[in-house]
Amino acid sequence: MVNAFVPKNLNHCLEILNDQNVRIVAGGTDILIQNRSHTSMLIGFKSDVVYIANLEELNKIYEDDEFIYIGSCVSLEKIIEETKVPKLLRDTILEMASPAIRHTGTLGGNIGNASPAGDSLVSLYVLDCELEIKSYNNTRRVMLIDFIQGVRKINLERNELITKIILPKAEFTNSYFKKVGPRLTDAISKLSFSGAYKVNKKVITDIRIAFGAVSKTIVRSKEIENRIIGLKIKDIAGMVNEIVSWYEPLIKPIDDQRSNKEYRKEVALNLLRDFLRNLEG
Amino acid sequence: MAKISFVLNGKTVEFESDLNRRLLDVLRDDFNLTGPKEGCGEGECGACAVLMNHEIVNSCCTPLANVIGKSITTIEGFASTKRYVVIKDAFAKTGGVQCGFCTPGMIIATESLLNKNPHPTEYEIKIGLSGNLCRCTGYNLIVEAVKEAAKNGEGLW
Repeated sequence: MVNAFVPKNLNHCLEILNDQNVRIVAGGTDILIQNRSHTSMLIGFKSDVVYIANLEELNKIYEDDEFIYIGSCVSLEKIIEETKVPKLLRDTILEMASPAIRHTGTLGGNIGNASPAGDSLVSLYVLDCELEIKSYNNTRRVMLIDFIQGVRKINLERNELITKIILPKAEFTNSYFKKVGPRLTDAISKLSFSGAYKVNKKVITDIRIAFGAVSKTIVRSKEIENRIIGLKIKDIAGMVNEIVSWYEPLIKPIDDQRSNKEYRKEVALNLLRDFLRNLEG
Repeated sequence: MAKISFVLNGKTVEFESDLNRRLLDVLRDDFNLTGPKEGCGEGECGACAVLMNHEIVNSCCTPLANVIGKSITTIEGFASTKRYVVIKDAFAKTGGVQCGFCTPGMIIATESLLNKNPHPTEYEIKIGLSGNLCRCTGYNLIVEAVKEAAKNGEGLW
């Protein structure tokens, strides 16, 4: 017998997480399918579950001078409609799943799922995303890049919950997101690419580049980005192949049912070329 | 087992149930609402689509626990509205129905789209229907049906 907990508020939820060994369910759009049962009329969860989707505290978006805070259970569709949210993230979510999934699927869920093909992750890495994690006795903040440790491996204790997605405010000259899938929407990525940059007086003052579904986690290299920062826009055109060669060793995709490693690698590097050739400002 | 209450097709329902159930099974087995259908069972096809607080969701990947306090409308409930009549007539006129299996989901998707965006472009219609598969592949006629409904239902959305 699998128990279902529906907490009244966030504190109650953290209490349940502290006292019970439960699986966390937000929108359910992925976890219900992972736990689909073909022999029972019940969802095939293997342990007790706590349902968090309707917790008011997790359904708010707000901002202060430095950050935008997105509750972990805000639906993906609501994030698209919220102009406070950076355009790059809204462009990314627009290509995720379908309207029906986006009405219930959450950003917290996409992060907690930690799939290398998770569409939001590649742009969240570019946006220097942080998370607020709460347990009954503690609140901590962690960079997303440190939170995701491998394929479906996350830095989250059994009694902890992702409560907020925190995005530092940043101004970009332009941002760029490309997802490569079998069709435009309602498809899992073969690979994805996200980039953003800022130009001041014809010099690149900030550039961020991330690749999805080409390694165990999202690929982003601050070391390479620092080599590009300070270069003049007009010099980039002559350096495209050199910059691509810096990234080439980091792109280590696999063969699976969605694509193969040769295709993924070639297209990932082509998207990088396209991004670099179209820098403007 | 837990006591649960939500609004179903305009009426508050209250009953005892295990909360670890899919909304789709509750609708079909407990309430005999067989308009929402199980196609793929994994959120890809939209045959199970219903409106939750007037937005399309897949009932095959919505747990009953998440429905507490919400308003659910199935095609059966939507069928009593003026908007439904406009959409139904548009599907009939353009030939947007072939075998009919996807049709309840397509109509729910149309309502969800027009409710938010009464004058969608063809591209926006395609995005609005992107989570609904038609095995007869009558997509062009279905897109035409949505355009026709938006035109004929002027003022209703």
